[in-house]
Amino acid sequence: MAKVFIYPATSLILSDLVARFGHKPLGAALGIRERIQTAGVDSPPLQITPEEPKRGLKYAAVEVPSGVRGRMAIYGPLIEESEAAIIVTDADLAFGCMGCARTDELILFSLRQKGMPILELKYPTNEEEGIQFVAAVRKFLDSLPKEEGEA
Amino acid sequence: MGEYRPDYVDTVTKYVFIESPSMTPGELALRAYEASEGVLIKETCFGLQVSGEPESVDRLIEEIRTFDPVHIFVKDRGFPPGDPRRCRANLGGARPGYLGHEREFRVLRYITRGLEELDRREEGAEVPEPAPPAREARQKLDIKRLQELIDTEES
Repeated sequence: MAKVFIYPATSLILSDLVARFGHKPLGAALGIRERIQTAGVDSPPLQITPEEPKRGLKYAAVEVPSGVRGRMAIYGPLIEESEAAIIVTDADLAFGCMGCARTDELILFSLRQKGMPILELKYPTNEEEGIQFVAAVRKFLDSLPKEEGEA
Repeated sequence: MGEYRPDYVDTVTKYVFIESPSMTPGELALRAYEASEGVLIKETCFGLQVSGEPESVDRLIEEIRTFDPVHIFVKDRGFPPGDPRRCRANLGGARPGYLGHEREFRVLRYITRGLEELDRREEGAEVPEPAPPAREARQKLDIKRLQELIDTEES
């Protein structure tokens, strides 16, 4: 079972397809859940504390806005953990404020820099594209190792 | 800042979406309750939220998927169901994240079609792959056009 980072990190479709075809999707929910379930200082709504931008320094320089570093504290460890990635390039639902937009750019850059297998796709707009989309995802996921230590 | 004591520690929560012509979220919930074995189930307008120990949730999800494999979709959720920081009962309006789900919900029928077709063919190799999207396909803003926009804004 390979750990596959999905972009958009909140994508229902990618999360489902990765799990359906036998791998582990790494998305935003895992990072958020970790914070929500860890005791500490109350910092609603997402339990992002002042510590997060410090942790984000591992992924972005100190002059990068704290909003980006705070977000990277969630996504950075997931990117490090990932063994492959699936990216939807025309995901208009992944829009957001400048912090989100710059973090998204940094996520895509980090994924591509990592040198792991990456599948880039666009959302289907008709049934034929839907068939191609699912086939491409399945072919990509089938090429990843299913068991520990498998090549 | 006060002390934070989390609820539902060491549990996982998953969304179950159903986009089916033959099963409603209500029917899905009833069948899921039958197989729940202690997993917390909350019915929603689009399907369910299931929450519990990871092994129990995984087992239930496996069971739920068999009800209608190509019309049921599952994803992780960070918050437990009814969390006051996310629940729209406390916030008003759509729950944060709902709009993203709504956007992808429109695409689900194409994914369903893809899953059905692949099941039918049983071998995805026959399906032609989509062309990889071009990175720089979007046209950049012309410098003259930018100057025009600036001038318009100033006047």
